[in-house]
Amino acid sequence: MFHLGKRYADELVSHAKAEAPNECCGILAGVEGRITKLYRARNTENSPLRYNLDPRELFRIVKEIEAKGWELLGIYHSHTHTEAYPSATDIELALWPEALYLIVSLKNPEEATIRAFRIAAGQVEEMAISG
Amino acid sequence: MPAEVRIPSLLQKLVGGAKTVQAEGQTVGQIIDQLEAKYPDFKSRVLDENGKLRLFVNIFINDEDIRFLKELETPVADGDTITILPAVAGGGK
Repeated sequence: MFHLGKRYADELVSHAKAEAPNECCGILAGVEGRITKLYRARNTENSPLRYNLDPRELFRIVKEIEAKGWELLGIYHSHTHTEAYPSATDIELALWPEALYLIVSLKNPEEATIRAFRIAAGQVEEMAISG
Repeated sequence: MPAEVRIPSLLQKLVGGAKTVQAEGQTVGQIIDQLEAKYPDFKSRVLDENGKLRLFVNIFINDEDIRFLKELETPVADGDTITILPAVAGGGK
């Protein structure tokens, strides 16, 4: 079970909506499963179908997370037209096995959904989210 | 020149579980060659079949992305820190 909480869930949805129709992306840092900071990041792809978190931003975020003694808990991005489930591209490019991959779907913009997955070596395992 | 190389979790198994390893070379490319000699398969995880940095792998020397320097020809000075950082990427299709 991953505790996202309403505040961060709202933040993910609001970031996804702000970037729509393009995909948004960002990182959740935390300690022992508890979120300490959400980093909104730049999607260098500026695309409704792809995301690539700006590498220089990623480097700064990872350094800050280490300096604070936090962990990189989660990586989030949005699907603006499809379900909140990892695409073939998401699975192929999941290069952070320690992170939880959160996907925000705006397929139904009135009712955004967020789901979380562990993705490692091509395997996808859903993790329940608590509010 | 000896440098410290920070290994992402994805590749730590290849280097015996270490988070950082030491390597020597005049350039980032030479450092990767030395790591390949010590840890077979290392290179193929970082470089593509043409010997170029993989699209979804980033390498930083100290605080600079080598794509904005001289890529694999970027010179390495004594005590530099090299960080290998996989991309955070994907997409809805």
